Amino acid sequence: MYSETVMDHFKNPRNVGEIENPDGVGEVGNPVCGDIMKIFLKIENNVVVDAKFKTFGCGAAIASSSMATELVRGKTLEEAWELSNKAVAEALDGLPPIKMHCSILAEEGIHKAINDYRVKRGLEAWVEKNPHSHEHDEEGTCQH
Amino acid sequence: MEEKRTIYMDHSATTYTRKEVLETMIPYFTEHFGNPSSLYGIARASKKAIDVARVQTAKALGADPGEIYFTSGGSESDNWAIKGVALANRKRGNHIITTQIEHHAVLHTCLFLEKEGFEVTYLPVDQYGLVDPSVLEKAITEKTILISIMYANNEIGTIEPIAELGDIARKHKVYFHTDAVQVIGNIPLDVKAQNIDLLSLSAHKFYGPKGVGALYIKKGVRIENLIHGGGQERRRRAGTENIAGIVGLGKAIEMVTADIPGHNAKIRSMRDRLIKGVLETIPNTRLNGHPEKRLPGNFNVSFEFIEGESMLLWLDDEGICASTGSACTSGSLEPSHVLLATGLPVEISHGSLRLTVGDANTEKDVDFVLEVLPKIVKKLRDMSPLYQKSGTEGGYNV
Repeated sequence: MYSETVMDHFKNPRNVGEIENPDGVGEVGNPVCGDIMKIFLKIENNVVVDAKFKTFGCGAAIASSSMATELVRGKTLEEAWELSNKAVAEALDGLPPIKMHCSILAEEGIHKAINDYRVKRGLEAWVEKNPHSHEHDEEGTCQH
Repeated sequence: MEEKRTIYMDHSATTYTRKEVLETMIPYFTEHFGNPSSLYGIARASKKAIDVARVQTAKALGADPGEIYFTSGGSESDNWAIKGVALANRKRGNHIITTQIEHHAVLHTCLFLEKEGFEVTYLPVDQYGLVDPSVLEKAITEKTILISIMYANNEIGTIEPIAELGDIARKHKVYFHTDAVQVIGNIPLDVKAQNIDLLSLSAHKFYGPKGVGALYIKKGVRIENLIHGGGQERRRRAGTENIAGIVGLGKAIEMVTADIPGHNAKIRSMRDRLIKGVLETIPNTRLNGHPEKRLPGNFNVSFEFIEGESMLLWLDDEGICASTGSACTSGSLEPSHVLLATGLPVEISHGSLRLTVGDANTEKDVDFVLEVLPKIVKKLRDMSPLYQKSGTEGGYNV
């Protein structure tokens, strides 16, 4: 059901844990829906120097968190903001259609952590360019 | 390199076919392959074999052989019982009573009938998954034509008070169907004493082959046919018989009902060790289903702060086959309707695990599960933001 890359990131997740005194934190999801992701970012000179996560969820949710934190490390905030859920899913060599929402959570988690940093710095929060319309609702995405 | 061992603890999903059962079946593929509806010698052999299986099945249920109809399995039997009784009795009424915890073969059949103009009451259950007989009695109206309540639940293993529920149905002259797919070989059955009018069973749940089951229909029950065509099964279920499958079902049911108490004692002792070991070593864990009134092999447990699919993936990595009530494996995004009906909070239902012990298991398997499961739970909890919030004690409140 899952690609080898998904299984690798599930079984050997990169960047699990918390960052002490993080510069940005983003928590997304809902336990009722069966997944919560918490992303921690350390930011220096506008660059993500460290990213960590804690996730409650299925194999795809854990693998997506792992991959997303890998992908944003070393990126400028502008570059990190551009990380799309599709890029996370592609880097994982694909996710089953019903698990695509896990990659969306990862993208949203990164965005939320970046905006948490911006707002704390007195900067304006960036606006989602392509807010995920609930196109995936037909597949029964959790409405809670 | 040592071959990785497989520990099969999902006997409620299906079982392997016993060697003795398979051996009884084989001649009916190769030698006695004649169509039972034909007249010549090899056909008589297959017809006779079906008669033997019918007697074996009837004996296991306390029924008459003429009341046993072979089908393709549990889902067909459930569909036939419910649609058949509903359609044959719609002049008497259009009300059906079932429960919220039935298998989808029952629930989806009832939803279909609702679209066709029938009214269905889905009885609630208590925290253990038990149906209250007095609630059933109150739900019966003048229009009620069928009550369908499972004998034991496939997910949480809870055994319903079937004789009592059947007695109420009898008193109100309403047909009583029970899905007994999980109980063959686990509980001694006597359809007459238990007031059962229709009963579904499936061979692959009791060490028989897949693709064959039976429906017990008490003599005199008004029921329409589901599959139309030839004159097989006394003109009630058309289609050339799955002879080898039926022979296998007969042999399997005879074997598993030969010593139910002895067999149960062995399975239950492994299962109880599993329950005790898990509940005592892993905190924030709860047993789902009834503490005593449960199938001997069933263990259903919820681990707070973690999700079931990720647990199954790790168990699979260790060679352990199990199942979960989490949404993430069901193809939908709602967790188990059974766990939710018992009042278990949605977020905890996501962290449920079902281990069903059976003949494929040994005490060593139990040792191994008890060794690896706590490590898996810890690993997943360590990366769960919910566990962090709650600390080590107490629950996380949504």
